[in-house]
Amino acid sequence: MKVNLTVNGSQHAVDVSDNALLSDVLRETLGLTGTHVGCDTSQCGACTVHLNGRSVKACTVLAGQADDGDVTTIEGIANGDTLHPMQVAFRANHALQCGFCTPGMIMSAIDLVESSDAPLDAEQVREGLEGNFCRCTGYHNIVKAVLDAQANM
Amino acid sequence: MNAETGIGASVLRKEDARFITGKGQYTDDISMFGQTHCVFVRSPHARAKINSIRTDRAMAIDGVIRVFTGDELVADGIGDLPCGWVVNSKDGSPMVSPPHPPIATTLVNYVGEPYAFVVAESLQAARDGAEAVEADFEVLEAVIDTATASSSVQIHENAPNNQAYDWELGEKDATDAAFDKADHITTLDITNNRLIPNAIEPRAALGSYDAASSMYTLYTTSQNPHVERVVLALFVNVAPEANLRVISPDVGGGFGSKIFVYAEETAVIWASAKIGRPIKWRADRSESFLSDAHGRDHVTKAELALTSDGEMLGLRVKTIANMGAYLSTFSSSVPTYLYGTLLAGQYKTPAIYVETQAVFTNTAPVDAYRGAGRPEATYVVERIVETAARELNMDPVELRRKNFIPPDAFPYQTPVALEYDTGNYAASMSLALQLADSDGYAARKAASEANGKMRGRGYSCYIEACGIAPSQLVISLGAGVGLFESAEVRVDVSGSVTVMTGSHSHGQGHETTFAQLVSDRLGIPFESVNVIHGDTGRSDYGLGTYGSRSIAVGGSAIDKAVDKIIAKGKKIAAHMFETTEDQVEFAEGQFSFAGSNEPKPFAEIAGAAYIPAVYPLDELEPGLSEKAFYDPKNFTYPAGSYVCEVEIDPSTGVTQIEKFVAVDDFGNVINPMIVEGQVHGGLAQGIGQALLEHGIYDPDGNLSTGSYMDYTMPRAADLPDFDVDMTSTPCTHNPLGVKGCGEAGAIGSPAAVINAVTDALGVKDVPMPATPHTVWETIQQGA
Repeated sequence: MKVNLTVNGSQHAVDVSDNALLSDVLRETLGLTGTHVGCDTSQCGACTVHLNGRSVKACTVLAGQADDGDVTTIEGIANGDTLHPMQVAFRANHALQCGFCTPGMIMSAIDLVESSDAPLDAEQVREGLEGNFCRCTGYHNIVKAVLDAQANM
Repeated sequence: MNAETGIGASVLRKEDARFITGKGQYTDDISMFGQTHCVFVRSPHARAKINSIRTDRAMAIDGVIRVFTGDELVADGIGDLPCGWVVNSKDGSPMVSPPHPPIATTLVNYVGEPYAFVVAESLQAARDGAEAVEADFEVLEAVIDTATASSSVQIHENAPNNQAYDWELGEKDATDAAFDKADHITTLDITNNRLIPNAIEPRAALGSYDAASSMYTLYTTSQNPHVERVVLALFVNVAPEANLRVISPDVGGGFGSKIFVYAEETAVIWASAKIGRPIKWRADRSESFLSDAHGRDHVTKAELALTSDGEMLGLRVKTIANMGAYLSTFSSSVPTYLYGTLLAGQYKTPAIYVETQAVFTNTAPVDAYRGAGRPEATYVVERIVETAARELNMDPVELRRKNFIPPDAFPYQTPVALEYDTGNYAASMSLALQLADSDGYAARKAASEANGKMRGRGYSCYIEACGIAPSQLVISLGAGVGLFESAEVRVDVSGSVTVMTGSHSHGQGHETTFAQLVSDRLGIPFESVNVIHGDTGRSDYGLGTYGSRSIAVGGSAIDKAVDKIIAKGKKIAAHMFETTEDQVEFAEGQFSFAGSNEPKPFAEIAGAAYIPAVYPLDELEPGLSEKAFYDPKNFTYPAGSYVCEVEIDPSTGVTQIEKFVAVDDFGNVINPMIVEGQVHGGLAQGIGQALLEHGIYDPDGNLSTGSYMDYTMPRAADLPDFDVDMTSTPCTHNPLGVKGCGEAGAIGSPAAVINAVTDALGVKDVPMPATPHTVWETIQQGA
């Protein structure tokens, strides 16, 4: 099937199988390998991207469902050489180690902050990131990073 | 040194630049021209005889290129996956290591064991092909339970009683004598739960063969690419060592599970030559659960002999260790030399005797997982010490203080083979108590009780042996490898530096820490040092990263290579100063000579080495590049004091960690930010073990916890903020005074958590994981 996608501001018309996942299209068809796949049950969140402005697990969206959609991946959140405040905060707070969960974690965290009306506290950040696993950091510095970033977003 | 980037500074990480922008290159991110895809066909039975395998229907599927079975690998001379450490039983006989063909041929021995694999043009076609492979199995009775394995049906022809070995350490008679004169004996029957490592990046492999050069190239998710290469070349016979290059690019966590040489990468690299095209495989998470080596799984009876006033006289430990279906790469060393040797803990217990019976079951192989043996040892020691204090009505802190090896007793020879070089256990304990607001505990406990909650507090004072390991010692104990590390410091013409290390970073931040070390020592900018790792084609033979060894062994190797650079630089500078090298000083990046007021910066000496106009070519080779291999003189002994405070809701059984304090002594620290991060991650895995995680097989050998919907990984809301601090007694036998920090958190924390939970509930033991259900049931039984 033919699917039209806007990914990180660029338009793509891709020909994919009916059962292709958005994560497959991003990684295999478009070469955007920053979106990682860490499980097969929609639990780990490593594949989180934004679809029409909200975070989704790209392994749980059929490419066809995203037709005519606007997708943002980890590769698309910086403004040229200027990193997104969440990217800056993750590095500044040592909120990543192996880096594998990081793209999904950053994409989830951005949506978490953007969709909140009031500033989040640490407990709300912990609850809000329940869809993303990190096995390296114990989440301690991720929570710090999100709290840090929201002040600059 | 530069205070912002030198040794001791919390420098932000170099590697983050690619990881936060999605530019990391993990194995599955790499694709090659003409690449094919591979799916493994795995046993649905825990134990079965393979009567026949039918592949024709799979071959008929559009896009399927080949279906391989184990017989084809055997016929081609592919050997078994070996266990690299021979442990002897009490009677001197070597362990039993059953044949372990990468792809099963006649028998399957755990659910998930591969018996065929399908290579296809697309992943979808490979999956369809795998579905279409049919096998005729004769299902056999399986053995699952650790405690009863040795009295169950025999699994392997050469392993009576399903025993791999029956090992001992320590003086049995002296220990028995200590028990004879004891006033009090505390006994504890405990289990150490089976864990599944779950690095978030699943294992993956991309193998290719270039017929023109006869070169095999394997990209894979390995913590030790050189070990992978040497095992695949020398033992599995995939290719001559010279023709095999193993590249371990960015790796998304390992925690031990990516040390080992597995069936999948063996099959992929071998088959790539058979079909003449690259083959890629990436595990689905379900496959990771079934086929990654698991961790822990001990059943232990421990006894502690004490005087009535709490002096520890003797410790007797008997453990059954579940090895799974086969002996994985380093599995045999885990419940022996990485376990029994640590049972002295931080204490001067004079007599210790430990026996470990290693048994086979029809479950996934069990091998090193973060801490590897040392969490099990700490759990035994720190649970029984706390239990003894309660039985003697002593403060558990006081009992520990009374028995700590004092700072003036180092070097200290334990009764279980190790010689601790240094430590100050009471100092860590004091700081931990202060951070834990020990004085305010009574009020907090009263407040919890007023709210209908139960509050408890537990301690854990762990020690670990890291910086693995002195080569001749481990070889004398059965290891098939040396455990030194390699380094190369290559100075560029302009004075910038490339460092090649045999260590491998899969999250630890070597590209930053090692650059700090080199820039500090050479007095050159941090930004001008690049660290390269993970490629057998680029760096010398090295042993990789596990056992908290990278800074202590790999860092020391780099330090040694830097020494050689400075020594050669002094010779070059001496020639330029027209003096002798003993007159030349090197500090802050400058070579200086008392007879000259114009010191020569490092970059100038580098330039002179490569453009040798003014240079002693008759006595010195041009160039400035040095290698070093560092073999540690002893293990390092990180130690620390952990305090955990929990509040339990008796109506739900939910345990909330209210406070977790970790005070660690890692000796000197290069980058405190990275070290604290390592502690955080270790604590999360240790708390996960204590409260959440459990690898469970049903009685038929099906993995009940085979997905993230069944295996409880710690999520952000399950964990508290951690209070982390450090004390320091520098290691006495390596040049950097460092000890290593990667595993401490996972080693020390489970005992602290369970000591707190049992304190809150007023019970002797709660099995790990102390899930809400387990805790609730324990409360109901006591009510």
